[in-house]
Amino acid sequence: MTVEQLKKLAAEKAELINVRRIVREQAEKLAPRTGYRKQVLVCGGTGCTSSHSLQVIEQLEKSFEELGINDVLIVKTGCFGLCALGPIMIVYPEGAFYSQMTPEHAKTVAEKHLVKGGEIVKELLYAETVHDDGSVIPFSEIPFYKHQMRVALRNCGVIAAESIEEAIGAGDYSALARALFEMTPDGVIEEIQKSGLRGRGGAGFPTGTKWKFTRMAQGEPKYVCCNADEGDPGAFMDRSVLEGDPHCVLEAMAIAGYAVGAKEGYIYVRAEYPIAVERLNMAIEQARKYGLLGKDILGSGFDFDIHVRLGAGAFVCGEETALMASIEGHRGEPRPRPPFSAQCGLFKKPTVLNNVETWANIAPIILNGYHWFSSIGTERSKGTKVFAVGGKIHNVGLVEVPMGTTLRTIVYDIGGGIPDGKAFKAAQTGGPSGGCIPAKHIDIGMDFDNLVAIGSMMGSGGLIVMDEDTCMVDIAKFYLEFTADESCGKCTPCRIGTKRLLETLDKICSGKGEPADLEKIKDIAEHMKSSSLCALGQSAPNPVLSAMEHFGEEYTAHIYEKKCPAGVCKSLLNYYIEPDKCRGCTLCARNCPANAISGAVKSVHEIDTAKCIKCGQCIAHCKFSAIVKK
Amino acid sequence: MSQNPFEGTKEQMAELLACIEANRGEKGALMPVLHEAQNIYGYLPAEVQTIIAEELNIPLAEVYGVATFYSQFSLTPKGKHKVSICLGTACYVKGSDKILEAVEHELRVRCGECTPDKKFSIESCRCVGACGLAPVMIVDGEVYGRLTPRDVKGILDKYMQD
Repeated sequence: MTVEQLKKLAAEKAELINVRRIVREQAEKLAPRTGYRKQVLVCGGTGCTSSHSLQVIEQLEKSFEELGINDVLIVKTGCFGLCALGPIMIVYPEGAFYSQMTPEHAKTVAEKHLVKGGEIVKELLYAETVHDDGSVIPFSEIPFYKHQMRVALRNCGVIAAESIEEAIGAGDYSALARALFEMTPDGVIEEIQKSGLRGRGGAGFPTGTKWKFTRMAQGEPKYVCCNADEGDPGAFMDRSVLEGDPHCVLEAMAIAGYAVGAKEGYIYVRAEYPIAVERLNMAIEQARKYGLLGKDILGSGFDFDIHVRLGAGAFVCGEETALMASIEGHRGEPRPRPPFSAQCGLFKKPTVLNNVETWANIAPIILNGYHWFSSIGTERSKGTKVFAVGGKIHNVGLVEVPMGTTLRTIVYDIGGGIPDGKAFKAAQTGGPSGGCIPAKHIDIGMDFDNLVAIGSMMGSGGLIVMDEDTCMVDIAKFYLEFTADESCGKCTPCRIGTKRLLETLDKICSGKGEPADLEKIKDIAEHMKSSSLCALGQSAPNPVLSAMEHFGEEYTAHIYEKKCPAGVCKSLLNYYIEPDKCRGCTLCARNCPANAISGAVKSVHEIDTAKCIKCGQCIAHCKFSAIVKK
Repeated sequence: MSQNPFEGTKEQMAELLACIEANRGEKGALMPVLHEAQNIYGYLPAEVQTIIAEELNIPLAEVYGVATFYSQFSLTPKGKHKVSICLGTACYVKGSDKILEAVEHELRVRCGECTPDKKFSIESCRCVGACGLAPVMIVDGEVYGRLTPRDVKGILDKYMQD
């Protein structure tokens, strides 16, 4: 395909996509020109397919056939972001936002709304999009979306994720055309450098500088790699980009290939993401067919192709040297740096490695210029950041906001606050390498430097909200179990340090902690930070150190008073039956695996705390909330 | 390496050899071949590792080293139904440890083990990315979300029959 053909195809598809981007009044005028009276977008991302969005699509197809509807387009998209309410379905040009869809709901919507002259089924809309007076609010105006700015996720939930033509219609590959025909490789690098874009994978290294080092490095061939080994539990923005707009990553990698002088790229993706892997492979095939990957791209003389490699469940492979070892077919163990990957990376050749979200920011910078990008965000953190917000929060999902947006905005305005009227206690960022942000810092602007200053880090953008029921000793232990499990074992400080830290935390959680343990934790942490081989070990103590700093009183309560204030640590709790609530139904006694509950039918039961193994089965089975732990 | 008698069929062997052929000469072929081999056999028996080592001309020690390094590769057979409980952070703060306990209680084996009748194996995983449905468990690829320990029995019962 030539540049002219690309532009022509983009123009042909643009109106179809635009109906989904503009306000209702304009969209309604534009819709007739697209050949489709309405468009139904259904999320086909992991979150929504897990709650059966594909069956919703099947039902729509079936209903359309029965009702003779042939002028409504069904589009299977990537993630809309509001995963808590999945499966989500949006109907354009109205912008009607249906949530928690079932096949039955889909049938109703087809019969009442999608038929000619149909009307929006208000009962099935996401409640926040309906005013008290019954009028419908465009979903872009509701709190969850209003505060967001979508750059990396610009096409996620907008285009059909498996269609290259829709991707082109939404603007994909136009930045590649521009780079190849209107810019020099050095010009591309300069643009990225001036934009101030920093790597979104965790470390925040300036992307343009990385590219420049690789361009200047000696050695052929050079490689471009994409880190899609999103290992931080609770982070899923990379997966959503790959599922929703895989072409934006391919395009950006080709741009980098042109800039640094590479002809081959590798994407290392988690095998736990089957939909993302499938869409990536599909996208690569399509791009080859359209001449956007392979030989002589768009007739420019530039060759570039991409291979996909699957991870196999090793967190350490998110570290760049380990990732490259894994692509080469070895154990994913990191190696000391220098030499850095820009000089000696994949197959010992100069390599540029960026994370998925970083790649997703490249095309907009090339198209809109560095001025535009650097006008977003804070002084040293430019652009936007995607956060995967999870845990004890209403609107679990993906959120993209300008750097510097406060945690309060994310948790309360966008996230809708904490469920069940509980109090916000802390938010954990940076996963097993990061730390917690306590309530007193809730007005902090979220950017790279501010988070480091308070003992956490941006990481890849996982943001787990915790309420008063979360024990900060237990959560630190949880992260250390993770890092101890995932430590590759190559270097001693990490292999033994994670184990010793975990043992010490285990001891504290089981009520055997001693005052000296706190000093011991700090001491081990110091050694791990200064002498571990890679970031996994260097940052593994962060969760416990930051929890001790911000929630020191919980640690002392566990050690001195042998109490778990949040009521989580089993050894420090006992289970009791409240006599006035117990009806003597015997359900708890019948389900107790330890036979620790006694009592006759219709009389108050009792738990023998010596026999009780604190498994919680009784609480799960009690229908009268008569069992408490304290 | 593995204690279980190897029971590979001719068809499986042909499939394995075809996969090795397709990857021969590729840079870093070992990982894709191991993935495919595990898909074919359900695990990576010593016999299969030996064939891969010989065919790809990689020392067996290295094949074994790679197969044991990654948690997704298994040297022992899995149960007919694979039950996987997400212990990622978002699921954990919503009580996925209680879900795991309920599964262990129900099947009477521990995480990482297989029931004596080879019907179920339990494993934990770190985030499947369905955080909106936390806590989740996955049985043979089917995701069950927003669980309470009480839901576990009913879900497993569906798989008990076959």
